[in-house]
Amino acid sequence: MTDLTSAAPLLEVEDLRVHFHTPRGAVEAVRGLSFTLGRERLGIVGESGSGKSQTGRAILGLTAGNGRITAKTLRFQGQDLLSLSPKQWRAVRGARMSMIMQDPKYSLNPVMTVGDQIVEAYRQHHRVSAAEARLRALAMLARVKIRDPERVFATYPHEVSGGMGQRIMIAMMLIPEPDLIIADEPTSALDVTVRLQVLAILDDLVRERGMALIFISHDLPLVSSFCDRILVMYKGRVVEDLKASELHAARHPYTQGLLGCLPKLDQRQETLPVLRRDPRWEHGTLEEVTR
Amino acid sequence: MSKTDVIGSAAPQGLRGWLSTDTPHSRFQARMGRLWFGWLTFRRNRLAMLGLSIVLLLCAVALFAPLLAPYNPVQGVLNDRLQAGSAAHWFGTDNMGRDILSRLVYGARYTLLVVVLVAVTAAPIGLLVGTVAGYFGGWVDTVLMRVTDIFLAFPKLILALAFVAALGPGLENAVLAIALTSWPPYARLARAETLTVRTADYIAAARLQGLSHPRLIVGHIMPMCTSSLIVRVTLDMAGIILTAAGLGFLGLGAQPPLPEWGAMISEGRQFLLNQWWVATVPGLAIFIVSLGFNLLGDGLRDVLDPRAGGNG
Amino acid sequence: MSGAVLQAVPGTGIDVSGLNVWFGDHQVLHGVSFSVPEGGALGLVGESGSGKSTVLRALCGLVDQWSGALRIDGAELGKTRSRGFYRVVQMVFQDPFASLHPRHTIDRTLSEPAQVHGLDRVEERVVTALEQVGLDRSFRFRFPHQLSGGQRQRVAIARALMLEPRVLLLDEPTSALDVSIQAEVLNLLKGLQRDLGLTTLMVSHDLAVVSHMCDAVAIMNRGRILETIAAEDLAAGRVDHPYSRQLLRASSGFDRAVIDSFVDWE
Repeated sequence: MTDLTSAAPLLEVEDLRVHFHTPRGAVEAVRGLSFTLGRERLGIVGESGSGKSQTGRAILGLTAGNGRITAKTLRFQGQDLLSLSPKQWRAVRGARMSMIMQDPKYSLNPVMTVGDQIVEAYRQHHRVSAAEARLRALAMLARVKIRDPERVFATYPHEVSGGMGQRIMIAMMLIPEPDLIIADEPTSALDVTVRLQVLAILDDLVRERGMALIFISHDLPLVSSFCDRILVMYKGRVVEDLKASELHAARHPYTQGLLGCLPKLDQRQETLPVLRRDPRWEHGTLEEVTR
Repeated sequence: MSKTDVIGSAAPQGLRGWLSTDTPHSRFQARMGRLWFGWLTFRRNRLAMLGLSIVLLLCAVALFAPLLAPYNPVQGVLNDRLQAGSAAHWFGTDNMGRDILSRLVYGARYTLLVVVLVAVTAAPIGLLVGTVAGYFGGWVDTVLMRVTDIFLAFPKLILALAFVAALGPGLENAVLAIALTSWPPYARLARAETLTVRTADYIAAARLQGLSHPRLIVGHIMPMCTSSLIVRVTLDMAGIILTAAGLGFLGLGAQPPLPEWGAMISEGRQFLLNQWWVATVPGLAIFIVSLGFNLLGDGLRDVLDPRAGGNG
Repeated sequence: MSGAVLQAVPGTGIDVSGLNVWFGDHQVLHGVSFSVPEGGALGLVGESGSGKSTVLRALCGLVDQWSGALRIDGAELGKTRSRGFYRVVQMVFQDPFASLHPRHTIDRTLSEPAQVHGLDRVEERVVTALEQVGLDRSFRFRFPHQLSGGQRQRVAIARALMLEPRVLLLDEPTSALDVSIQAEVLNLLKGLQRDLGLTTLMVSHDLAVVSHMCDAVAIMNRGRILETIAAEDLAAGRVDHPYSRQLLRASSGFDRAVIDSFVDWE
């Protein structure tokens, strides 16, 4: 693992753009995104089509075939991601940064036992014996608060519940001890109590291993209660960058609108405020929009 | 909305704009727009375009056979029998002195006839049996699918042979026999598709509108099965042509002197060693047309298969 | 309003008592009872597997094995639903990407129920229904894939309104939508509920959404209703059952102390 106290940021992104070619013409999903990430928990929040998922995919080099990535800088631990060969990518992805996706049903291999998949994930990046890898995998399953690791080790993905599947996914992605985890809506498919329990597990692991986390979600209140910093995305751009603890003081009308239109348990309203989208949000800076 | 409105709003962009608009003004325009985007996707696949060209060429040849064929396809000049290719007879002549090119051109008609007749009989039977079985399930499904299984258990050519033997040789009976033996796979396919859509929310929603079973099957289930069925039928065209040719070859399909391609190969096989072109040229024609249908089918699958992002 | 198809006794709305449902050998609902007065709104809240959606499916005849008594406007429902039943009860599904037929235009989706029930002035009704849900005429001949999620859900609501029902069943109608779109759809539904006097039964996992839309909320867990609470009491945190309290605390965001106190409910 690299030095935790190094001053250089873990991830530097400057002017990231993602274009897609479709039969109906080119679409720009991410338009000039810039941020730097240290060892922190960063939330990227936006509605569908805001480009939040494409940002995560672009950082991991997982943009779909008809997409093209450009950026002034896209550097991870000082290494330029844009010039990596497929072979170099394999050494980065999984080992140094990995991704947790929304539905474990689709990201786990259905014909391999859960245990074998975790073992494989570990041995891909660590040269150890099968027996030791197995012990590591069992320990990892215990670490994500699975009560009976031996039994779960031998099950297939379709035999476990959604919450359990997502814990397994977390175990698999974290066992190579990456420095950066990108979690794309990792708990949206889960019930509210299970969601919080899974997040608590993720929170513990990220803290104790000193990892950085990019948490991509549509759920602004949840992200603000879980992350250190929030980027609010609208139509492919970051419209506001703020500390999670200062969400209530958000200045951008879009951020304010997103918070305002949620129904609230403790106050009854006859009509919910709706978001009035301003065309200036697409290009204007925060100062221009709030003026 | 008045007719002039429709033209007025679409005119600035011309026909292309009218087709690709996101706000169609009529059912017809909506349907045409959908076809247009299918065509745009299809056009990108070069091999599929090649397949389409071959199939269109086959249709054109069949349609204009009397204009294209240089000689009479059934009456030969016995003095000119078994000639090799030359300026007068491009593909040579057969044992009766008939021009092979002319026979080939007229043969396209029979090939197309077989293919079209089989497609319009076997596919709807399979679609109906499969959707009804899949939709109702239970004993209806069991009965219909066991019947299908029985048909599937026989080798296709053998079953067709049995039918033709019972009905008597001839092109019409060959078509009937092929149709009777080729619906079971379509029924299977339609049933499988039905099983995946019958639990969909939009089917439940339609039931909650009080729709009757026939209306649900015909209006809601069948449209979801037709795409994969069309693809499958297109891919099966090659097999149908080959089965028809096989029956012709065995003397149970088209009867002499009809210039059906399989029958032509059958007649030419006696001269295969010395006059190879007599059997080879119709063989090549079958090969090219079969290939054309297969390429077309692959291209159609990309456009029509709902799982391949047709709803994107 | 359409004629009394169900021999109605006015003012009784939905009445469910002792509803049991089985999927094969597995019993998913255990003696569920509740009632919704005419024009009222009840929310069913629970986590996945609580059986909340099954209640709706049983009411509208999409479930085969059940026992108990289901009454709409006082008329007891049998094992099969008549065509007339669907003029009284309509449902909006959770996922607008799955509930509209992908090969049918919006026009066909909306006009078919009217045609099936032999209603007159179908064209006019389609245009009116589109207006009611805030969509202009340009949407009429589009296919679902040309619409956004929120627009699709509006179409699904318009379809439910085509037969002028008195009872509307809502199965998580906004959980697949963005929050800004959710607000628009909830406002639309609440307006329709008020203007048309619809009796509403809404299922959701989101306490805030349900308490916004409904007069009372029934908390469900493992096929049983634990308690039914007035929306004001829920807003004030006045709940009795410990499970309801846990659900209430869980919906207030990420808090370690709260999470560590969670227990599994059997």
